[in-house]
Amino acid sequence: MVRIVLPFHLRNLARVNGEVELEVTGPVTVRSVLDALEARYPVLRGTIRDHDTLKRRPFVRFFACKEDLSLEPPETGLPAAVADGEEPFLIVGAMAGG
Amino acid sequence: MSKIRVLVGTKKGAFILTADGQRKNWKVSGPHFAGWEIYHVKGSPADPNRLYASQTSGWFGQIIQRSDDGGRTWNTPGSSAEELKSPNGFPKGESNKFVYTGQAGTHKWYDGTQHPWEFKRVWHIEPSLTDPDVAYAGVEDAAIFKTTDGGKTWRELPGLRRAKGHLWQPGAGGMAVHTILLDPENEQRIYVAISAGGCFRTDDGGKTWKPITRGLKSLYELPDPAAEVGHCVHRIALHPSRPDVLFMQKHWDVLRTDNAGEEWREVSGNLPTDFGFPIDVHAHEPETVFVVPIKSDSEHYPPDGKLRVYRSKTGGNEWEPLAKGLPQKDCYVNVLRDAMAVDRLDKCGVYFGTTGGQVYCSADGGNSWDPVVRDLPAVYSVEVQTLK
Repeated sequence: MVRIVLPFHLRNLARVNGEVELEVTGPVTVRSVLDALEARYPVLRGTIRDHDTLKRRPFVRFFACKEDLSLEPPETGLPAAVADGEEPFLIVGAMAGG
Repeated sequence: MSKIRVLVGTKKGAFILTADGQRKNWKVSGPHFAGWEIYHVKGSPADPNRLYASQTSGWFGQIIQRSDDGGRTWNTPGSSAEELKSPNGFPKGESNKFVYTGQAGTHKWYDGTQHPWEFKRVWHIEPSLTDPDVAYAGVEDAAIFKTTDGGKTWRELPGLRRAKGHLWQPGAGGMAVHTILLDPENEQRIYVAISAGGCFRTDDGGKTWKPITRGLKSLYELPDPAAEVGHCVHRIALHPSRPDVLFMQKHWDVLRTDNAGEEWREVSGNLPTDFGFPIDVHAHEPETVFVVPIKSDSEHYPPDGKLRVYRSKTGGNEWEPLAKGLPQKDCYVNVLRDAMAVDRLDKCGVYFGTTGGQVYCSADGGNSWDPVVRDLPAVYSVEVQTLK
């Protein structure tokens, strides 16, 4: 079971409170976690990564176990603590004003 | 008794303002989609309870929202509770998927080079006049998309970008299709306006488009007086009884055409400035037109700090200021291109919103004005529904 923390606006969009818990089949990577998240909540498609290219949107960041994984290739395996559900995978709206 | 519903898009959410036909006692609902930029909300003429909203964010991109109950509840099309239980399985989540057809191609960039087309957001949604499941979306970078399934999926009408799209160029606010006008007498005819691409018309339902800019002059932007595209058209408007007559507020000048855009002529007349954004036509008087002059393209606020709507009852050239009830000192707001609308009551109501968060209503065709709300976020768009 992988735990995911969504930013405020995406929690509202997906109509969830608190963390999201997902079963991820196969290797636990950024891509497989996002695939599972979007399968459960189709409304999130296009909000975290581009619909067409699947590239991370510029002002969305990925954190886990106090590391910034935003620039890692999507196939990179997530830390075991995330795969085991001990630590959450954080999807964060980058800091910006306005 | 008739009822008025005003749909307001702002920098931080959508608001719905309702009143009876007196247009005095207003109820405010919102913010809907709090914290998101709402570029536009518009209702279907074929089903007034069907509303479409463009919700965008610099962080999380484009969302399309739809209401089927006049704005009480909203869903991204294809994901309502009923649809989630459908035998077709999980929805595909494509209501916000705007992908250009084929090779996206390039357009002109600020330095004169070619730049790839990149979808950024939906500026304007124009529902069909006859089918609530059909709507058009004007987007940045400039293109037009169409849905025929109530917003669940969108397909580009790529013929528009073939109308010399490689010569279109973004203005300071981006490069977007911001106005879409549907001809009520000919469903194959659609007009669009683009900053800074110009004005275009299709006569075959969107397959092919042609520039309709003869008579437009943009000497500080386009030295070639015969330039067909690249004009910074801010807004166009028509009266449904005369769809061949269009009025235009351009980056410079107010113009009109009497032959569906084949030829334009300037009707700025005695307006105090040649710059502004919105333009609209009285509901029952096709020759009565409203604009909001702004001091210049460099300052973007009303002349002398006085907020005044200007009205022509002669189809242009002769304009009168309308100031009763509007701030006449220290007012430095702007009125954006999609932020003016009229209702269809016997005594036509005129509405506009400002970047200072005010929405004003005139229940007497512009003679006097009252604020409906004063302290919303910056207003991007105003649409009005006249309900039975």
